[in-house]
Amino acid sequence: MKKFNKIFTVLVYIFLYAPILVLIVFSFNSTKSTIDFTGFTLKWYRELFTRPDLLKLLMNTLIIAVIASVVSTVLGTMAAVGISSMKRRSRSMVLTATNIPMTNPDIVTGVSLALLFVFAGTFLRINDVFGFWTLLIAHITFCLPYVILSVLPKIKQMDKNLTDAALDLGCTPTQSFFKIMLPEILPGIISGATMAFTLSLDDFVISYFVYGASFSTLPIEIYSYTKKPMPPTVFVLFTIMFTVIFLLLFFMNMAEYKKSKKKKIDL
Amino acid sequence: MSDVIIQLENISVAFGGTDILKNLNLTIKDKEFVTFLGPSGCGKTTTLRIIGGFVRPDSGAVYFDGYNINDTPPYKRQVNTVFQRYALFPHLNVFENIAFGLRIKKLPEKEIKEKVMQMIERVNLKGFANRKTNNLSGGQQQRVAIARALINNPRVLLLDEPLGALDMKLRKDMQMELKKIQQESNITFIYVTHDQEEALSMSDRVVVMDNGIIQQIGTPQDIYNEPSNAFVADFIGESNILDGIMIEDYMVSIFGQKYKCLDKGFDRYEPVDVVIRPEDIQILDPDKSSLSGVITNVTFKGVHYEIIVDIKGFKWMIQSTEFHRVGEWIGIALLPDLIHVMKKSEYSGQFGDYSSYSEEYDALSDDSEESSDEFSEQEEEL
Ligand SMILES: Nc1ncnc2c1ncn2[C@@H]1O[C@H](COP(=O)(O)OP(=O)(O)O)[C@@H](O)[C@H]1O
Ligand SMILES: [Mg+2]
Repeated sequence: MKKFNKIFTVLVYIFLYAPILVLIVFSFNSTKSTIDFTGFTLKWYRELFTRPDLLKLLMNTLIIAVIASVVSTVLGTMAAVGISSMKRRSRSMVLTATNIPMTNPDIVTGVSLALLFVFAGTFLRINDVFGFWTLLIAHITFCLPYVILSVLPKIKQMDKNLTDAALDLGCTPTQSFFKIMLPEILPGIISGATMAFTLSLDDFVISYFVYGASFSTLPIEIYSYTKKPMPPTVFVLFTIMFTVIFLLLFFMNMAEYKKSKKKKIDL
Repeated sequence: MSDVIIQLENISVAFGGTDILKNLNLTIKDKEFVTFLGPSGCGKTTTLRIIGGFVRPDSGAVYFDGYNINDTPPYKRQVNTVFQRYALFPHLNVFENIAFGLRIKKLPEKEIKEKVMQMIERVNLKGFANRKTNNLSGGQQQRVAIARALINNPRVLLLDEPLGALDMKLRKDMQMELKKIQQESNITFIYVTHDQEEALSMSDRVVVMDNGIIQQIGTPQDIYNEPSNAFVADFIGESNILDGIMIEDYMVSIFGQKYKCLDKGFDRYEPVDVVIRPEDIQILDPDKSSLSGVITNVTFKGVHYEIIVDIKGFKWMIQSTEFHRVGEWIGIALLPDLIHVMKKSEYSGQFGDYSSYSEEYDALSDDSEESSDEFSEQEEEL
């Protein structure tokens, strides 16, 4: 039985990682073929850096992801603090309201945001409303609930008396937040921010409805390639993105692991 | 009135429609050791939090040094708190926990270091300065919490069941130590406990609470010797509480027999509660006493035997150093200065008869008290 479990686990991971491995392998393929591996080359890597259009898109995607994750982390943390200090009934109502957008299909969120932006654009007399700002606002919107939901449990776990103790020792409420609460809930904030960053980085469906000619992101442009044969430079791009995210998560987990191990030794 | 430091005036608080404190009035003198004593859930912590500034009373006023401080936030009050479960900052070490208040006041680094090291020595934590707080023992965490509060030189120190989590032996030592700290530092201590022995042995004055109402305020001797009603008599030590009729001043009738007593100021023939402490009852030969009955239970308690005797249907508790057998017929003697007469109250008839007495019963009631406390804590967290 144990053996079976092991084989099963290995199979699961093969399924999970096979596609990305194929992609990585073909990013080193010497021809454009996606069927035969005809030889190892780094020329697509070199070519990527001569493709300002792709680099610009990558830059756009990163800009949106960084700003959206920072803004949604700040707003989401503040919201979580507010929610946790509410009375029980209003708190559960707000929490339901937080959960609904997450369970909504992306396509519904995308269409409704697009409608809202068109409406707001007409109202504000802006000709072409779609672009950087609509993308940014949309990304912040769909990241927010994830941040709230990863920060809230940390606040709940915290001893309520800690912030009282800080006030007792002379902190103003603001000082007590930054000196006591923030260090306590930081792990929740970091995991919320990471989630927001990755969600924003790879979002296609919602972005597709709210991007404009003036500002677009990588996933949207890549989608248009799917109708033509995909150039290997795109594989290169994906390989680099995968590696960066993989390393990011790897090091974060290592840090967490080291911390918990240290705690155990302390005890 | 200049030596009054804190005054609570007509304080009422309700949480979610339930009255928690009902019209509380209390004055606390400077440098006094005052203890709030009462069963769990009676509103002790809430009262403390009102003084600390964490709970705003629905009505009434809090005065500090004669000034109304209803609108003063906690961080501007000259009061510090030792919280029920210490509430030490987990991400700071012992030194930084104790230094916290001084850092907020932006004292020079050198002065902070000096003061903190002094304080660490004072609470016997030398060598622990760089330790994380979560790997200290309960007693050590307790000391850090006290040091962290004391270092700010508060006028008043609030302590919420500070010894509740410690074992018996450590508890006794810490009681002495706390009392010593209070006398040396010359500040007012407001101490919360549900342990009557702790309250009696440490306090200058005890405030007995039940159900959000102050039942009695007095010195430990006052509340032990002259409890104001059946609740106080029962909560502070063991008591036999009997129905009596006040015949006239200094004369009360129990079971139709007249007894001399030291109490006066009641109406003629007013029904009263009569308290007789188990250690004040003398055992006689049955034919020498008008009150006699059969022993139904004897328990050895170390210093004395606890004897339950059934006299005309009422079960008395007697504490005696002499051994008596179950089934033995004995008489009892009541001396005038050991009879205490109380006004009838809502608590009359609820306490003071040992007919349901048994060891298991004691243990059971203790348990249920604990778990209900746990429950209320959990509710708060949800
Ligand atoms: N924030 C709160 N919300 C609702 N009820 C509360 C709150 N704080 C305390 N209570 C209730 O008030 C009562 C008194 O609580 P407390 O003052 O903590 O009692 P004690 O300290 O004497 O055990 C309890 O029944 C408790 O459940
Ligand atoms: Mg309490």
